[in-house]
Amino acid sequence: MSDSIIKVTNVKKYFGGVKALDGVDLEIKKGEIHCLAGENGCGKSTIINVISGFYTPDTGKIEIDGVEHAKLTPKQAIASGIQVIYQDLSVFPNLTVMENLALNMELADGKKFVSKKRMREIAKEAILKINFDIDLDELVENLTVADKQLIAISRALLNNAKLIIMDEPTTAITQKEVKSLFKVIKKLQAQNISILFVSHKLDEVFEIAERFTVFRNGKNVASGDTKELDQNKFTYYMTGREIKEEPYAYIEKENSKTILKVKHLSLKNGFEDISFSVKEGEILGITGLLGSGRTELVETIFGYNKADSGEIYIEGKKAVINKVKDGINYGIGYIPPERIKEALFLSQPIADNISITRWDDFSNKLGVIDEKKVNESVDEWVNNLSIKIGSSSDPVRTLSGGNQQKCVLAKWLSLDLKVLILNGPTVGVDIGAKFDIYKLIKELAAKGLAVIIISDDLSEVLTNCNRVLVMRRGKIVVETLPNEVDASKLAALVIAD
Amino acid sequence: MGTTNIKIKDFLNGDKNMTRLLIVFAAVFALCSLTKGSMFLSTSNFQSMGKQFPEFGLLSIGMALALFTGGIDLSIVYIATLSSVIIARLLPLMVTETATDGTAYMMVIVCFILAIAVGIICGMLNGFIISKVGIPPILATLGTQALFQGFAIVITGGSTISGFPIQLSTMVNKLVFGIPVTVIVFIICAIVVGFILARTTLGRQLRMLGTNPKATEYTGLNNVKLTMTSYMMSGILASIAGIIMIGRFNSAKADYGASYTMQAILIAVMGGIDPNGGKGNIQGVAIAIIIIQMVSSWLNMFENVSNFYRQIIWGGLLIFILIFNYVINVREKKAAMKK
Repeated sequence: MSDSIIKVTNVKKYFGGVKALDGVDLEIKKGEIHCLAGENGCGKSTIINVISGFYTPDTGKIEIDGVEHAKLTPKQAIASGIQVIYQDLSVFPNLTVMENLALNMELADGKKFVSKKRMREIAKEAILKINFDIDLDELVENLTVADKQLIAISRALLNNAKLIIMDEPTTAITQKEVKSLFKVIKKLQAQNISILFVSHKLDEVFEIAERFTVFRNGKNVASGDTKELDQNKFTYYMTGREIKEEPYAYIEKENSKTILKVKHLSLKNGFEDISFSVKEGEILGITGLLGSGRTELVETIFGYNKADSGEIYIEGKKAVINKVKDGINYGIGYIPPERIKEALFLSQPIADNISITRWDDFSNKLGVIDEKKVNESVDEWVNNLSIKIGSSSDPVRTLSGGNQQKCVLAKWLSLDLKVLILNGPTVGVDIGAKFDIYKLIKELAAKGLAVIIISDDLSEVLTNCNRVLVMRRGKIVVETLPNEVDASKLAALVIAD
Repeated sequence: MGTTNIKIKDFLNGDKNMTRLLIVFAAVFALCSLTKGSMFLSTSNFQSMGKQFPEFGLLSIGMALALFTGGIDLSIVYIATLSSVIIARLLPLMVTETATDGTAYMMVIVCFILAIAVGIICGMLNGFIISKVGIPPILATLGTQALFQGFAIVITGGSTISGFPIQLSTMVNKLVFGIPVTVIVFIICAIVVGFILARTTLGRQLRMLGTNPKATEYTGLNNVKLTMTSYMMSGILASIAGIIMIGRFNSAKADYGASYTMQAILIAVMGGIDPNGGKGNIQGVAIAIIIIQMVSSWLNMFENVSNFYRQIIWGGLLIFILIFNYVINVREKKAAMKK
């Protein structure tokens, strides 16, 4: 017996010439909540795959509960109590909760026929372990991400988990759900189960983890007690550069124009009687739970939905916005929350992803595109936003999350915008690129753009906006200033019911 | 010399699919020449190939357009037959026995224009059902396929219609400097569509639509208009194919060209059009058309290979190409990620 559930020493893993892991150590004690942090490509996923037996390291030692495994297989890892909960949660949306929970066990037992009765027993046992209250006959596709996550956790527990690895579990769930997830994690800890928690959100790391490890470029850069950490240190460990985060200093001038004004705007099943305005240079934050109507609201202003009643004014003139093209013609740009599904053309060249909004301007009457103009514009914006690319003819898929998001930004900024709306601007974006984007947004606002940021990340809203609206159930319930509230107060306002 | 070499290399490097197609083209040409040299390399064989491929070639380009935008057009052959039976019914009414040669030609042209109008209407109907109503392309065009064929059957009463003014077949079967006029029409259509896809705003917007229709919507493109335009273009190409068909057979029937649907999908996919949309070009499709025509003519030269085997050969080839492309795509993606 050992007091560590897992101990990895000097593990190296190369893919071709790429050093994914360049001699890393990672030790997790029994019953410990351990945070693993690092930017994309730092080796986080690789180490998870090594611990769970999917990759065999080139060199290095893996000990599970004191037993050294020279060639760990996924089967051995599971038998030793290692369970991974991936970001996609690996649940079957078209099956019921019961089937999702019990299917693995049934298959593992080699049963040829399915016994509903036995499955129900297994499923009941599973949800009881974390006091998870759910209808076993509900289809999983009807559940929230948070509930799906709890299903994945319950399923892991059925396999006698001793170490549960959670890969960025909080990216797709709301603040309130994070709280209940943490309660579950604490409960697991009480049962002497260790948790490896992958996250880059410092407030979460503080709240939940006792110890942390940071990777950068396949190497350990720091590990220790979370009490010793602060934001600047944490960011420095991850990025290797000093980044100072300063709140947005908005100075209202006497002659500041009101760019966007919304009056009594309503959309059935979305939001009701919304009125607010944004002046030039302002960065307005809108926050609220999923389903609070915040996304529907901004998508209506942009023209993706058509409002049932109410008015929108751009620079004092009434705007008729019935479709996206109208919104664009009024100078509104919108970055949707799901970058890959809603904003990018993954297999298409970077140049096309950036220039798509300008093709009409760069073509003659017959619609023939002037390549030279397109390339000049693309180069200009790649340069302006310091997007790191090889060639602009590479598919946008080859870029990191942060650089992809910059391409989406470039697509809008190359138009002459008056209002830029960003919905979840830094979800899945590296911390380094994240600060680049913040800096850029502030610069744009300072030049007179009216900016709206919708975000779940309350510290993001507080440090980048000069005014914050909180939405609940389709209505604006609070308007506040960042210096009047802190993150926890704002969280209370978001949840309060 | 040096610079041209580099240019060709760059050209091919940029488009691996084109390289593969040219290799297949050369291999098939060599195979045909070696096994059936004197027959295959004769002028009459080339002329007969030239008479055969434009109709299914045009249908293949139409199919390629639909696949390019992430859809499919199963009704395309029936747009062609519907166009041809409409000409078959109208032309004899419009050209009386006393008509002069000149008026007869005029009337033939009027009929061609009407046929193209039929193609436009059919294509727009497809585009409307797909984009505005929201029916998946495969089902929408399966439905309109039955509809268009049904109209064609009613119009013809199910039988073959023939006995047209001589001007129709004279016009379609004309040779210009020894080249069938239909080949020239095909080349013009291929160049126009190829140019639209490669160089114009419309073509690029269609490519983006084929890649991610949700994102085009969020970028302010008009998905309904784009989809309708694309299926309308397919419809026009189909009706031109229909015109060639009626002229070539000098008769029209509701089930002419029934086997072309599968062949058109085969050619488009072989030519490098991604059936998931957003990838490919017309140059590739054009080469694939010639390859398939060569194979087809070559098979005809074996007396003991019955026409019935053709389905098996085309079907097997389609499945092979789909698997091949899939494997290549996975490899290329992996290579790109490593970079």
